[in-house]
Amino acid sequence: MDADATPLLAVRDLTIALPVGGRMVNIIDSVSFTLGAREILGIVGESGSGKSMTALALMGLIDAPGARITGSARFKGRELVGLPQRAFRTLRGREIAMIFQDPMTAFTPVYTVGWQIDEQIRAHGRVTRKDARARTIRLLGDMGVPDPARVADRYPHQLSGGLRQRAMIAMALSCNPSLLIADEPTTALDVTVQAQILDLLRRLRREYGSSVLLITHDMGVVAETCDRTMVLYSGTIAERGPTGAVFARPGHPYTAALLDSIPPLHGARPARLPSIPGSPPAPADRPAGCPFTPRCAYAHDACAVRPPLLPRGVQDIACVLPAEGRDLPARCVTV
Amino acid sequence: MTAPLIEAQSLRMEYRVGRGQVLRALDGVSLAVRPGEVLGLVGESGCGKSTLGRCLLRLARPTAGRVVFDGTDITALSERTLRPLRQGMQMVFQDSYASLNPRRRIGDLIAEPLRVHRDGQGRRRTAADIAARLAELMALVGLPQAALARYPHEFSGGQRQRINIARALALSPRLVVADEPVSALDVSIQAQIVNLFMDLRDRLGLTYVFVAHDLAVVRQISTRVAVMYLGAIVELGDADTVLHRPAHPYTAALIAAVPEPVVLPDGDRAPPLRGDVPSPIAPPPGCRFHTRCPIAQDRCRTDPPALRDPGDGRQVACHFPLAGG
Repeated sequence: MDADATPLLAVRDLTIALPVGGRMVNIIDSVSFTLGAREILGIVGESGSGKSMTALALMGLIDAPGARITGSARFKGRELVGLPQRAFRTLRGREIAMIFQDPMTAFTPVYTVGWQIDEQIRAHGRVTRKDARARTIRLLGDMGVPDPARVADRYPHQLSGGLRQRAMIAMALSCNPSLLIADEPTTALDVTVQAQILDLLRRLRREYGSSVLLITHDMGVVAETCDRTMVLYSGTIAERGPTGAVFARPGHPYTAALLDSIPPLHGARPARLPSIPGSPPAPADRPAGCPFTPRCAYAHDACAVRPPLLPRGVQDIACVLPAEGRDLPARCVTV
Repeated sequence: MTAPLIEAQSLRMEYRVGRGQVLRALDGVSLAVRPGEVLGLVGESGCGKSTLGRCLLRLARPTAGRVVFDGTDITALSERTLRPLRQGMQMVFQDSYASLNPRRRIGDLIAEPLRVHRDGQGRRRTAADIAARLAELMALVGLPQAALARYPHEFSGGQRQRINIARALALSPRLVVADEPVSALDVSIQAQIVNLFMDLRDRLGLTYVFVAHDLAVVRQISTRVAVMYLGAIVELGDADTVLHRPAHPYTAALIAAVPEPVVLPDGDRAPPLRGDVPSPIAPPPGCRFHTRCPIAQDRCRTDPPALRDPGDGRQVACHFPLAGG
């Protein structure tokens, strides 16, 4: 389980550019990370930060006209950037599977949930219908679906949101993928059901040995689920590191401000919530230097140059403050 | 104690959903909100919190029970007699885009209620009155005057929610019902809008009913909290009492399920609540929470608990309330 020796996924300088108003604009700008076996990496950011775009690129699902993807993403040593669709088709589902926020769009409404999971199993291996169904029922049961044989005969709209999400995870795991990409998998769910699904995701690595790339806007979900955390802002990495370290001692002013703006559930109520002024820039309007400069409380002259991602302790931080000897204070939290 | 500004008495709301089935969205809900209070309504989807918000403003007409606004029973008023009262009660919705006509300028959208309703002296407002009020409202919600000439799509989600708030405040209402007003916003923007709601309450002496599923947001803004489950209130009381020392097992489970932005050792996590919320078409007998309750006993399966005060001023519908703490 040594993540550094042979990472399952090694992404280097991944850049995705789209034509906007006659010029190419980098939606994702030089994003690099690795994901080890049985690891859960959280990619967290606000809307427009590029977190979903990163996932779609890894799945070979970016089909916007004129899109240009550069850099490298090596999955089990195989280069994904520039891989032809035909080759992607053998990877998707079998090696890399994805679950989405809205299971209604992942399932077709006209077949039963069980039929669709059987189909996925049979598409990637020589399995009889009977064996496929047996496996489907076992998977649904593993995902905590009560009475899985009956649920397999239901249509997606007949299931509750939580059951549908479990069925989608069962479908994603049906071919034992080594990488599961989960894009906001619990955002549409109620909080008690979300807790069940997060519990399930944590169990997956133990019981299925899967690595998970968890994409979310919710810092709480990351804190409860991920081994390591990568914070994206405006298409670039602001900070990454072990989740415990990032949450205890955020190194980038954006991470710190984002955590501060979440109202606390325990302890004293602040009279006002610390908020971040303004909103993230559109990709075409990003400032030349650090993209967070216009909203940052620590902005100064040095921020006019894009800061590289540099190690600071166990974290990597794209900010000039650590080099200036001005580390941010540790977070105080009440539980 | 001052008289309540808005009061719900034994509200029932039923929808026929075909094949003779009845969905009971509200099943005997009573509560009162006093002037200056912020009542947070929390619960999972389908618990009836939005329906209750709509009934309070008479946007929906309850099947049974009474709604009293500022001393007037508005349950059965006709739209015409209700209209003058509507100036005092306004709503802010979750989807900041869907609630703004995309083809009209912000100035027109906010001026609409000022044109429809007459002023305090029963006169139509003049163009100059309206322009002055629009300028005031923009300053109040923190938007530039230039925004009035622009269209909804030119604004971000947070700015559009400011526009919706400005429109809701145009007629100086006393009561604002906000239904998940910050749930569609990014966290950094959400904090700005929560702060704005709190500022406006202090400056204008507003009363809010704040419907939300996010407990942390509700705790930040509310003075009192009502927790709903399957169409009924299961716990109601001071925000700090209810959220710090929950007495109903459902409130406790809801709080425990919130993922907090703090890293805890694996063992410190409470096991999640089992199962899903049952269908409101066929709610379980007895206590409606018993199918998921970790401490349910035989009595809970047959005997529905009534709301009662366990001795600290709150109300709990549970036969075996938690000690609170």
